[in-house]
Order: sequence, then C-alpha cells, then structure tokens
Amino acid sequence: MTSLLNIRRRRVDELAETAEGGTSLTVDALRRMARNPVAIIGAVIVAVFVLLALFAPWIAPEDPYTPFQVLKDQLRADSIPGPQPGFPLGSDEFGRDFLSRLIVGAQQSLVVGVMATLIGLAVGMVIGGLAGALGGWVDTLLMRLTDIMLSVPSLLLAISIAALARHPSQWTVIIAVAMVSVPIFARLLRGSMLAQRASDHVLAATALGVRRRTIVFRHMLPNSVGPVIVQATLTLATSIIDAAALSFLGLGDPDPARAEWGLMLGNAQRYLDVRPELAFYPAVAIIVVALGFTLLGESMREALDPKNRR
Amino acid sequence: MSSLALLDVRDLTVTFHRKGARPFTAVDGVSFDVEPGRTVGLVGESGCGKSVTSLAIMGLLPRRGATVGGSVTFEGTDLLTLSASAMRERRGRDLGMVFQDPLSSLNPVVSIGLQVSEVLERHRGLPRKKAMVEAADLLDKVGIPDPRRRLSEYPHQLSGGMRQRALIAMALACRPRLLIADEPTTALDVTIQAQILALLAELVRDTGTALILITHDLGVVAGLCDEVNVLYAGRVVERAERHALFARPRHPYTNGLLASIPRLDGARGERLRPVRGSVNDNIPWRSGCAFAPRCPNALDVCRLVTPEMVADGPGGLLRCHNPVVHTEEVTA
Repeated sequence: MTSLLNIRRRRVDELAETAEGGTSLTVDALRRMARNPVAIIGAVIVAVFVLLALFAPWIAPEDPYTPFQVLKDQLRADSIPGPQPGFPLGSDEFGRDFLSRLIVGAQQSLVVGVMATLIGLAVGMVIGGLAGALGGWVDTLLMRLTDIMLSVPSLLLAISIAALARHPSQWTVIIAVAMVSVPIFARLLRGSMLAQRASDHVLAATALGVRRRTIVFRHMLPNSVGPVIVQATLTLATSIIDAAALSFLGLGDPDPARAEWGLMLGNAQRYLDVRPELAFYPAVAIIVVALGFTLLGESMREALDPKNRR
Repeated sequence: MSSLALLDVRDLTVTFHRKGARPFTAVDGVSFDVEPGRTVGLVGESGCGKSVTSLAIMGLLPRRGATVGGSVTFEGTDLLTLSASAMRERRGRDLGMVFQDPLSSLNPVVSIGLQVSEVLERHRGLPRKKAMVEAADLLDKVGIPDPRRRLSEYPHQLSGGMRQRALIAMALACRPRLLIADEPTTALDVTIQAQILALLAELVRDTGTALILITHDLGVVAGLCDEVNVLYAGRVVERAERHALFARPRHPYTNGLLASIPRLDGARGERLRPVRGSVNDNIPWRSGCAFAPRCPNALDVCRLVTPEMVADGPGGLLRCHNPVVHTEEVTA
C-alpha cells in the first residue's frame, strides 16, 4: 500500500519535473479571453476601428474635405441630398461625401483618444508612483490634489480646462480629456504600489539590502501596472466620448472642415428635421467604438483577476 | 561569553502602537547571544514574538508604529542606532535573512538570475555579467540542478523547494556572518523540509555563518540547533544546549511542548497531551509569570512575583519559580 503510494508520488514528481514551467499569468489570461465571446466582440470592434483609422485616407472612397459640385447642386434650404450612386451615405450640409468623412473621423477619434490616454497615463503614473513610492507627506499632498480633481464631475472638469484655452485646437481637447483621467491613474497606481510595499517579496528584497530605487523600479512598479493597463483600455473609451463631447460643445478645433465625429454631431443638430442621418451615423460610430473598448477592457480585467482563474 | 559573541541582543523590547487601542508589547526584554558559527534556535508558539525579534534585529520593522528598545550589538556596533542607509548597507552583506513563504518572497516578474545577481551587484559591485556567472555558481551550491537554465526562469516555474533554495542562495550570496531563518521550512512539505534543513546545516558548517533559526517545530530544533531559546509571551523562559533541553526540559512550558509531540513508541490509541489553555489566558509579565494560568506546576507565588532569569545547569538559563524536576537528577 505504502509502496504503491510512493510510486505514485514519484510519478507525480517526475511529471512535475518535466513540465515546462506551467503557464504564466499573461498567457493564461489571453487564453481565457479567447474563450470569452464578449472579449472577442470587443476585440473585433477595436480591430476594425483601428484599421479604419490607420488606413482612412485609402479606404475613404472620396475626398472628405472638398464639396462636390453634383451634391452642392442638390442642396436646398430644406433638403440635403441622400444616398446616390458614388455617394452611399449621401452628402453633408456642405455637399461633401458623408461616408468618407465618417471614415476619416475614425482617425481623428483614435488620435485624440490615444494621445489623451497616453498623456493621462504618463502624468497619472508619475503622480501615483511618487505617492506610492515615497509615502508620507508627499503621498498625502498628491492624493489630496487628486481628491480635489476627482470631486469635480469629469466632463465638467474637461470643459473647464478646455475653456481656458485662448486658441482652441485639437490639442486643447486632448489635454483637457487627459487631465480628467490623471487622478484615476494616479490613485490606481498608488494603491497597487502600497500593496506591493507591504508584500513579502519587497520585504525580502529589503532584507537583502537592495537599494530603494531598485526596489521601486524593479520590485514594486512592474508588479503594480496591471490594473493601470486595464484602466487605460477603459479610459480609451471614455476619452473618445469626452473628446466628442468637447467638440460637440464647440470647445475643440473650430475649423468646420475637420472631420470629427463630435463636431459632425454638433453641426448635424441644425438639420435634424431635414436629414437626421447626419446625427445618427456619427453618434452610432462613437457609441460602437466606446462599447468596443469597454468590452475589451472589462474582459481583460476579468481575465487578469486571479479570482476567476479556472 | 558576550564579549565573544557575534550578536548580542540585550533587553530587546518591541512595542506596537495601535490607533485607538493600548500599545502592545510583542517582545518584552529578550536577551540572547549568538557566537560565530553557532546555530541558535528561537522557539515558541504563534505570537510569542519570534518573528518580531528577527525583524527588529534586521531593522525591518516599520519606523512608524513600532518602538524598539534595548540593544542589538553586532560585532561591536549597536544596530539599533544605525541610520537607515547604514543598515541597508549591512543587510544582505553582513546579515542575511530567509523568510517563511518562498513563493511570496520572490518577485514574480523578475527572473531568478537577476534576483540573485542583484545582491551581488549591490554589495560587491560586480558588473551584471560577472554577477550572473556567480549567481549560477550559487544556485549550483544550494543544489539547484541545471543552474544556468534556471537563471532565466521565473519563480512560478520553480518548485517550492527550489524557490527556498534560491532564496537561501540570495541570502548567502555575500557570505554574511549571520543568517536569520524565519520558519524556513514551514511552507514546504516534509521531505523537502528535511532537504532544506540539511542544506542549511551544510552551508552553515562550510561558510562558518552563524544561524538564528526561528521555528515552532521542535523537530527542526533537534536536527539543527546548538542551543535553544524558548520564548513565551515575548520573553525568553528557558535557554539550554540542545541535548540538555531535550533530555531535561526545565521550564514547564518546554516540558509541555515536548510532551505534546506524538511518539512513535507510544501505546496505540494514546491521546496527545496538549499544553492546556491558550495565549489568551496569559497574565502580564509585570504581575507574575505569564504562563502561570496554563502551567501544571503553578504555585501561588507564580501569579504574584515575576520570575527572573537565573543560571540553571551548565550554560542554561531559566525563568521559573517551580521548574520541572527530573528524577535522575535527584538520584544523581
């Protein structure tokens, strides 16, 4: 009986020896995401959107910026030309190809969304990293500042920041939207840095006399960025919505030629009874893209959550 | 004796200050010394202050919330008076430490090689490449097979025993004169425990490192320690050479611990004899003997007078009013 048990145990040991390490958390998480239909829908939406944005100039069937004489001839005070051969979604209020403008709009949204998120991420990580690494009064001061920023509703904060700009441009929108996400990233990183600071392996590294700098950059930061990365994906969605909202309110680049979903939506208000599609399509585009990033981010968070490991 | 000592801990007191609660004294005047090359055990049940003692020696207690009193003299310097940076300089170089849980003590996102070489780079100023070569040697020395391949692997790819071996390699990388092992085998299964203990014994013998072994497992003590300090409620209650302790435990608490170990040669169906009561029954040391409420030998005096540490037998120290008397001693 015992010998049988011993043989079994040895067998398991051998198997354990030969197994190539097992799966890492990242690989494991990716695998779980591939099995999750929600993640796949999100990933497909994001992929289509990114491809559209990257290759917009080649995909757009017509020039999105110049009015076409054919379409201009059909413009009336009470009607804007609809779908016709060569222009599948018809014209906008200036006689430009609506479909091409929608496609180029994807590029605008992606640039603004990504830039805003990256800037917010960078600034937020510096603040959160400092607070988490140094603690003490630095932590208290920085966190009270983020508290103040968080106490203002995000869109209101973005509008206030954008309104400060003397010459509104695309950058105004990017910076205003970025500032909104700064306190969120800062708090997240600080939180997970603090958890790391209390962890066994940081204590073990301290017991080896490892320099504080090394402990922060090698032992605390890399173990803290996971939730921040997930948040960045979710922030992409809100950034795109916020950026559209600012443009809609006329706080962005005032150039009417710019093909931007929020701006298109804003301008379409005047023609709601004439051609509601002008508002409908950009709105749907914003919603779908934001949904795509949200689904992807949420499923990413779920997959990385060790509680859901199966 | 203490002039020879590598480490001399005198009246070490650690008090934790808690918000909205009375301060709690986890270590209450612990004294012991460690001579070069010796292995000293700190034994006691959960909450008796073993780990806090080791963290205090290493200067790893949080600066806020904990007050440390007494002195910890290491090679003539009181470690408690050193600045934070001077202490960082010493940790890993003069004093090494191995913790209980090998998985959580390793950084999951840094390769084993880098974690070992990090110590060498830090304290010996070796460049990365040389440190890596030496790291492989160290892993080999602690019995990790195929060390060169292991360098690029991550903690999750190693078994529990291997992880603890790697941690021992890190702690011994700079040949510290003192190694503190805090329950180094508690998270491992029994066969691996024996291997790790054998490894520790071998390394301590080969390098001449003094070892403080913290454990609640008397079996571990029996296998490894030269002398043993038994802690109870933050104080040392008995100090003895290993053989003396196991042959003639003098303190009723030590005696109870030894009696509670199941015996192979015992009668079938024999019940285990636990130390009755729990830490919650303790009375404060200042009003008597903390162990008195649980003690089978307790006299009236035990609850009224705090027992002092007195010499007891060759090299032994004892804090007890009514110690266990062994019959062969009486006849002798």
